[in-house]
Amino acid sequence: MPALTRKEVEEIALLARLHLEPEELARMQHDLGAILENAAALAAVDTTDVPAMTHAVPMDLRMRLDVVEPSLTVDAALGGAPQREGDLIVVPSSIAPPGRVGTEPAS
Amino acid sequence: MSTVSSGGPPGAVSPAFWSVADIAQRIAAGEITATQILETMLARIEAIDGELGAFLAVDVAGARAAAAEVDRRRAANAPLGPLAGVPIALKDVLVTRGLATTAASKILQGWIPPYDAHVVEQLRAAGAVVLGKLNCDEFAMGSSTENSAYRVTRNPWDPARVPGGSSGGSSAAVAAGLCAAALGTDTGGSIRQPAAFCGCVGMKPTYGRISRWGVVAFASSLDQVGPLTRSVADAALVLQTIAGFDPRDSTSLDAPVPRFTDALTGEVAGLRIGLPQEYFEAMDDDVRAAVAQTAAALVERGAELVELSLPHTKLALPAYYLVAPAEASSNLARYDGVRYGLRAPAPELLEMYARTRGAGFGPEVKRRIMLGTYALRSGYYDAYYKKAQQVRTLIKRDFDRAFRYCDVLLTPTTPTAAFRFGAKATPVDMYQADVFTLSCNLAGLPGISVPCGLTGDGLPLGAQLLGRPLDEATLLRAGAVIEAAVGLGERRPSGIGGIA
Repeated sequence: MPALTRKEVEEIALLARLHLEPEELARMQHDLGAILENAAALAAVDTTDVPAMTHAVPMDLRMRLDVVEPSLTVDAALGGAPQREGDLIVVPSSIAPPGRVGTEPAS
Repeated sequence: MSTVSSGGPPGAVSPAFWSVADIAQRIAAGEITATQILETMLARIEAIDGELGAFLAVDVAGARAAAAEVDRRRAANAPLGPLAGVPIALKDVLVTRGLATTAASKILQGWIPPYDAHVVEQLRAAGAVVLGKLNCDEFAMGSSTENSAYRVTRNPWDPARVPGGSSGGSSAAVAAGLCAAALGTDTGGSIRQPAAFCGCVGMKPTYGRISRWGVVAFASSLDQVGPLTRSVADAALVLQTIAGFDPRDSTSLDAPVPRFTDALTGEVAGLRIGLPQEYFEAMDDDVRAAVAQTAAALVERGAELVELSLPHTKLALPAYYLVAPAEASSNLARYDGVRYGLRAPAPELLEMYARTRGAGFGPEVKRRIMLGTYALRSGYYDAYYKKAQQVRTLIKRDFDRAFRYCDVLLTPTTPTAAFRFGAKATPVDMYQADVFTLSCNLAGLPGISVPCGLTGDGLPLGAQLLGRPLDEATLLRAGAVIEAAVGLGERRPSGIGGIA
């Protein structure tokens, strides 16, 4: 039996900003369940007082010097933008048009 | 344009299989030109790659210009870099200025990066000729290259089998003599496993040894760039060029880089080789026999075997499949249709994100994004991601303890030889292909896979060596001894295009 309900899978897809077709949702429900079942082995491990791993070689994170360095030109940086107006990237409205609720997960 | 024939006696090595050092030396000596070597490679790619499927893009114009520049410098007696004229190809997760970079994903189709990855800058500065971009699993997620959105890459030893993954284009191209060397990336075995499947040498250096600047990120605490080559000596030369501190990568290590070729002494007398029992439980008989033969060859040359235990090994797979997807789900949030790559039409922003990502990502990438999002969501972080990161510490401590009793660890690279297309029916089956390679990434250690013989069916097998942090030199030293003792010698794949 899958570890996740269909509703949970839909919620995760929404959080991930990922449109999934109905058949993809069904497959995902099954696959995630199987993978998470595998992950259950970790729960039984005693990790009291065990720090989380950070790096193979202990090191302090460095800060860059606060100086201006050569960088991409605006044209180079925006060269791949799907839609552009001058030095701006154009995107659709972040407010759904009347009568639409655009953030519902696909189903 | 002229190409090079071996020109030597029958049995002489074809120029397509010349070593990195040979090519650089012959060009420097004026025996051949960089352009001749390049044209030999381009002709082979034209002849073979339709069936092999290693390349996603061949940069004919850029490579010809780079080769001509090497020849111009040679003619003018200007200094040449250590890899001058050596044709090298790149896994398509390394960004290349002016040359499309897709990560084998539809979501990046047509994207032309405005800059070179650090490792690409280093190769170009050393005079290498960048041939083009190599196929891989989408965003380096997979173990067979079957997850590429663009094409199938075949194993040159047997076209019915996968080349491994995720750097399968890299291993196939190197094995088939379509480039002198290739770069790959290794997040859970993605250099070493395809190297083993295709009879190449593949090295994953210590985490932080090589800058990740310009590497399309999959799992940032695990990803590392490394070479795939036809010999250990070639791996040392390429590693020398790309290793070293880079302030643009905050995890880059400011540590001295030794001269790796100096490590190739041919000596292993007194070297303590650890055999971790957990890595010898389940594998094909051919693999077990090949690794036993490898260990015996090392002992014959004066190495000492030490049997030991890495008790948390079984937790590596579940830990990896939480850490890697969690980091992937975060890294891949940037592909939203706004700044570059695919954009799906939609009337409002959030729907545009979801539609773009739904249309642009393939099934395995979606699966990992979903898994990672699940593991990182509010209230679940401690139980999944943090727990897995703590388990990483336990795995790392196992290695730290083991390296008190040995200098390197010897294991199989993979439990089987290359499998057939479609053989791994479920995601969990596929994940098992990486069972021997994942721990190295979780602990941040260096690892190398070196060919150690063939199966009864004539498929290559790899022996894996794991070492202490920053001790790539000892892996190269022991790897070269394995290569000389039980490697493939002059045996070449003949499964595609009569390659040999």
